[in-house]
Amino acid sequence: MTAPAPVSTVDLVARFPEFVSADSRPAYSGFVVKKENLVEVATALRDEFGFDLLSSLTGADYLAENKMEVVYHVHRTTGGPGVVFKTQAERTDPVEVPSLVGVWAGADFQEREAWDLLGIKFVGHPDLRRILMWEGFEGHPLRKDWQEAFYEEDTKPFKSRWPEGSHVYAEFKNPFRDNVKLPEGFSLEKYQPETEDQLYFSLERDSSKKIDGETQELGERMVINMGPHHPSTHGVLRVAVELNGETITSLKPVLGYLHRNHEKIGERNTFLQIMPYTDRLDYFNSMINNFGYAITVEKLMKIPVAERAEYIRVIMAELSRIQNHFIFIGMLINDLGAMYTPSLYAFEERELVLDIFEAVAGARMMCNYFRFGGVVRDIPDDAMRKIKDLVFDRLPAKTDEMERFLNENEVLVARLKNVHVLNADEAIRNSVTGPCLRAAGVPYDIRRADPYSIYDRFDFDVAVRYNGDMYDNYLIRFDEIRQSLRILEQALKQIPEGPINSQKPQYQVRVPAGEAYGRVESPKGELGFYVVSNGKPNPYRYHVRAPSFVNLTALETMCKGEKIADFVALLAMFDIVMGEVDR
Amino acid sequence: MYGKGIIKGLGVTLKRFTDTYLDDISWWMQGKKRYYTKEGVEHRSSKDARGIFTVQYPEEQLIAPEEFRYEPFLLYDEGPEGERNIRCTSCGICAKVCPPQCIWIMRTSDPETGKPIPEPKEFYIDMDLCMNCGLCAEYCPFDAIKMDHDFELASYHRNVYDLEMLLKPTSYYAEIRPTNYNREEEERKAKEAAKAAKAAAPRPSAATN
Repeated sequence: MTAPAPVSTVDLVARFPEFVSADSRPAYSGFVVKKENLVEVATALRDEFGFDLLSSLTGADYLAENKMEVVYHVHRTTGGPGVVFKTQAERTDPVEVPSLVGVWAGADFQEREAWDLLGIKFVGHPDLRRILMWEGFEGHPLRKDWQEAFYEEDTKPFKSRWPEGSHVYAEFKNPFRDNVKLPEGFSLEKYQPETEDQLYFSLERDSSKKIDGETQELGERMVINMGPHHPSTHGVLRVAVELNGETITSLKPVLGYLHRNHEKIGERNTFLQIMPYTDRLDYFNSMINNFGYAITVEKLMKIPVAERAEYIRVIMAELSRIQNHFIFIGMLINDLGAMYTPSLYAFEERELVLDIFEAVAGARMMCNYFRFGGVVRDIPDDAMRKIKDLVFDRLPAKTDEMERFLNENEVLVARLKNVHVLNADEAIRNSVTGPCLRAAGVPYDIRRADPYSIYDRFDFDVAVRYNGDMYDNYLIRFDEIRQSLRILEQALKQIPEGPINSQKPQYQVRVPAGEAYGRVESPKGELGFYVVSNGKPNPYRYHVRAPSFVNLTALETMCKGEKIADFVALLAMFDIVMGEVDR
Repeated sequence: MYGKGIIKGLGVTLKRFTDTYLDDISWWMQGKKRYYTKEGVEHRSSKDARGIFTVQYPEEQLIAPEEFRYEPFLLYDEGPEGERNIRCTSCGICAKVCPPQCIWIMRTSDPETGKPIPEPKEFYIDMDLCMNCGLCAEYCPFDAIKMDHDFELASYHRNVYDLEMLLKPTSYYAEIRPTNYNREEEERKAKEAAKAAKAAAPRPSAATN
């Protein structure tokens, strides 16, 4: 087997001299591909160069240049840094760009998102509906000329706050006078809300009437809407399911019930102001969200991170991963019907970890602990003692206890074993990352595949299991807890004394113009941030590649042919958090 | 044997159940109270906790660590005759750094010259918008705005705090955050001492003349 060529030798310009050029803008990287040949180049990247995993797909609206750009980040599941390529189109309404769903199926939801928020029409996309906003929404919110209700200014800080600030409620400014744009020819009397025909149409079209290889007559086709208020969907997720008897024949998730346009808020904010907002993405792991955002902006700023702060970051991230996996286990059992006892045992350990976060960062969940170049404050002595007590003493014993408690339970094993989740091929094709990918036998962990921060200094194994069934997905969480504990033990022994930030504290950081994509291994998968700066105090483009959102692309593949009774448990495998899915 | 796993699991549950009462008994034997005391809550949120974890809010409360932050408040120094010296100079950094932009500050200006006076005329924080991130307290150069420990905010009305509601004495701050307070006071004294030393020392340029 020949090793794949290193990324530095991936020269698309030499391969396709006619329609690929290097991105020559200062502090930008990657290639610009002519949109007519996009599919050809993407196929070559996948098949010839081995970039089998589409990490992130997003757009950027360059209003001044009258251009719309689609940015693709692709990686190899064998590891190493990725390649970024872009395609540009004239900024019309709608912009048309060929779809890459045929090359990477994982582009599905991300293209729908780009269509919804930026108005980029992906020609050839099989199911291009809005995904986060509702059908019938007017406009595309992430376009630079779109303004939200109660719009005040393009960027924070708002001038009305200081020095002549006087409090006024936003809703007292009449929302219908100058903030809301009604479409041309809109009349309230004649308004008919859009129905969900499109959703049910695609549900029926993609229905697999084939089960076990033979076409079955749909005796009684039944459509069930699970959610948005369903106790087991981990938030306001709605899933339209088509059933044949008890078997799922088609399924479409309906997202956006918790949508708040995190990215638009981010573009209004200054770089520092985004930090507390990232806490609200995956609210179980605010430390890891902070981590991802901090390393991305540090890439742009080209600043080092204080040595002690690097260790503190790793300690916080791994503690966060441990409590997340405990909750996963607890909530999975909850979803299977064993209410309360197991999940509350998991919550106990989580409480102890949260106590540490509270002592260190000041809040249990919304930590807001990372700063560019370091962290906010050093770990207080009593918190350090608590961390050591947990890592060296309590957590290993409690992990063992949890395993003793559940792993051999016959009911649990019967429910989980041999219920297929995803195999390696399906997972990679659908851009699934995180434990679900690793449980399918692909040892892809960004901490090892493309090490960030100081993860290359620690000795740990990438947890991997090979059956790809629910039981493996469940067990791999225990493996990961143990690996995290290994990392923590080493980090706690090696942590040096010293300053906790390489920069002077400043409330408005200077970020040079350029683009950066930073990614970390969140407990759910690859958490990526794509940030474009134009040298101003606010980011020009801020995109979050949320693992829960992208993983949901595979939900349909995963559930087709399974029983409806297993659906809730299958959904639990992705460990989704709606704060991150809907953003 | 089928059912072995379930029995093993139930063993864990049984152990947890007995642990609760074992601890209760051992505390009782020692003459200590495990519930409704600070000591008890502390024990139940330590690594040695076993059995029941529940903290009976509101009769009991978790012990807030010093760095715990909830809503911001403004500090004033108490003068010798009970006057309030507001630390805030209305420089506006907190209003600028605030992510949800929930701080409104009106600067005082001299009625005659129109020049700004370092003192806020009005100061509003909309606590319903506040996301408790603590950036205002972190970046305030005068240690004038700090994060409170009080989290029981439920009310029948909306919470827009004005200057009067926001002001709290430094003694309160010293009480909830002793380490921070002492560190800041030391820094302040060191700074003042350095300033005084600088003022007392003859200027090098004057010396050469």
